[in-house]
Amino acid sequence: MIRFLIRRIVLGVLTLWVIITLVFILYYAAPHDPAASLAGRAATPALLQQINREYGFNLPIIVQYWHYLERMVPWPGLFNLGTSNTNRLPVTTIIAQAVPIDISLAVGSAILWMLLGVSVGVLAARRPRSLLDRGATAFVLTGISMPTFILGLLLLYVFYYVLTIHGIAIFPKPGSWTPFTRNPLEWAHDLILPWVTLALITAATYSRLTRSSLLETLGEDYIRTARAKGLSERRVVYRHALRSSLTPILTQFGIDLATVMGGAIITESIFGLPGLGLTVVQAIQVQNLPVVIGIVLVASFFVVAANIAVDALYAVLDPRVRVS
Amino acid sequence: MSLTTVQPVHTEILPEEPAVKGIEGRTPLQLVFQRLKTDRVALVSIVVILLIVAMAVFAGVIAHITGHGPTDANPDNGTDATGQPLPPGSPGYLLGTDNLGRDILVRIAYGARISLVVGVLATAIATVFGVIIGLFAGYYGGWLDSILARIMDVVLSFPYVLFAIVLVSVFGSSLPLTILVIAFFSFAAIGRIVRGQALSQREKEYVEAAHSLGAGNLRIMFVDILPNLVAPVIVLATLLIPTAIIFEATLSFLGLGVVPPTPSWGNMLSDAEGVGFQAWWFYIFPMLFLLLTTLAFNLLGDAVRDALDPRTERIFAARRKKVKVEAA
Repeated sequence: MIRFLIRRIVLGVLTLWVIITLVFILYYAAPHDPAASLAGRAATPALLQQINREYGFNLPIIVQYWHYLERMVPWPGLFNLGTSNTNRLPVTTIIAQAVPIDISLAVGSAILWMLLGVSVGVLAARRPRSLLDRGATAFVLTGISMPTFILGLLLLYVFYYVLTIHGIAIFPKPGSWTPFTRNPLEWAHDLILPWVTLALITAATYSRLTRSSLLETLGEDYIRTARAKGLSERRVVYRHALRSSLTPILTQFGIDLATVMGGAIITESIFGLPGLGLTVVQAIQVQNLPVVIGIVLVASFFVVAANIAVDALYAVLDPRVRVS
Repeated sequence: MSLTTVQPVHTEILPEEPAVKGIEGRTPLQLVFQRLKTDRVALVSIVVILLIVAMAVFAGVIAHITGHGPTDANPDNGTDATGQPLPPGSPGYLLGTDNLGRDILVRIAYGARISLVVGVLATAIATVFGVIIGLFAGYYGGWLDSILARIMDVVLSFPYVLFAIVLVSVFGSSLPLTILVIAFFSFAAIGRIVRGQALSQREKEYVEAAHSLGAGNLRIMFVDILPNLVAPVIVLATLLIPTAIIFEATLSFLGLGVVPPTPSWGNMLSDAEGVGFQAWWFYIFPMLFLLLTTLAFNLLGDAVRDALDPRTERIFAARRKKVKVEAA
């Protein structure tokens, strides 16, 4: 078990290293002048030279890379994501301001998509080929085919715009955000539409996974045994079958949760939520490299950490994984 | 899971008749087409896809008939007397005009070109690379497999939308780059499946037979093993097309894909969002076509999978057997 975990962590660190190296190659080795983008439009040769000296852009590329890697090591005194090119705030501060929004988004939508996705999947699996199952299939296919920005725009149009111009202003305008600690009710109110958007898109995958996984389990011998013992169908499905069908769903869940926490780019852009996703898009538009690199690193870290956590949990739940 | 498990159903034919006579020489592909022909959902999706392909191919003709190109901003003709955009059904503008007086129908037709080209090309590139890398990894195994499988794991665990926009922001958005980025993030999905299949196929007797006949490794991989992997690859590729189309639309929506004024369904929606909720028809038509296209490809992919899946074959076989029993 410990060896398994160590192997996974080494692979995770390797993945992070590949990602930050790729970002370095893209931004420092690519044929463009980082000093020029930092200096802005009013760049004089003297200013460019000063920036080059200050940031070390004129050092050999391999030395720059070494300094860059050094700053990424999570150790006090070394770790330093730099400051934003636009407002001179430390990148860690910017990230710390954005992350609560992403956590809020992730928690709320995850609860919704799990409830919706798993229950639709269970209903469909209990009566395969029924009308209900066909309805569930239609839901799944629409969800999978639906681009996030279309659903987001549709919800915004119907529930914000149309209702508001008819004098029923139930939903807040895009850009509204209240921290949970200030007012939990207002917090939930501002996040309902983004939650529903993310949840509906994501739930489709979960319905499909739950259905196929549960159908497979229901065909197993031990389920026949459970039925032969005279257990109620409810008990067979929920206590015996669903439990072991949830393992593949768990894998998917960990990764999806981490992805949303690393920035739901589309949802945040549409609903104007200043989380990591919106921040990174804005930073990219003005070539604000330190912010982009910081957020890419944080988002990748979430995904990699979730992968490791899920694998570890998997090994706990299913002993067969540990052996191989 | 390979097609070779599709067994003929005529095994209990009368003993005096030679069994071989009952088996028609149908290739697996013919079987698939036969099953798809009876699947109404599949037929409808194929028709929808063909219509959208036709629209993309004849986009120039549509522009010629209506008399306006995809980027003609016509404040005089494409707007009413007060300078407002024309609603759908206006004479000469079937789907109305946008805020710059451009014909939405013509723009959608040209947008279909982008979506289809990106969807098909990105998937084709991803499939070729995925198959080659997956085959090498699964067939050779060992250290080559370890390296290739790790690479695919790393690619699959990338936050790919984020990475795609970083790439596009550095190199500037262009169509070829969009296609390559999508292909890069899709090849691992195919590669992993092919690798798994190749791992099990290489232990089969036919591979041993090929070895003993003196076949080279490349020949065994691409001539002997590959045909057995066609089924899962086709299904995955069909399902990758709508994913690629959504990916492109998303990039264009964020302003990082197709550069305006060239129309794509994604940047049409981004334009519509840019002017607020000015008119519903700015939104509804690009949305409808995008959704229709992705839905059609997803439905077709599902139908193809059902038609290729040997487990479904059992259902078909059972049904045919039952008919035969009742007829007897």
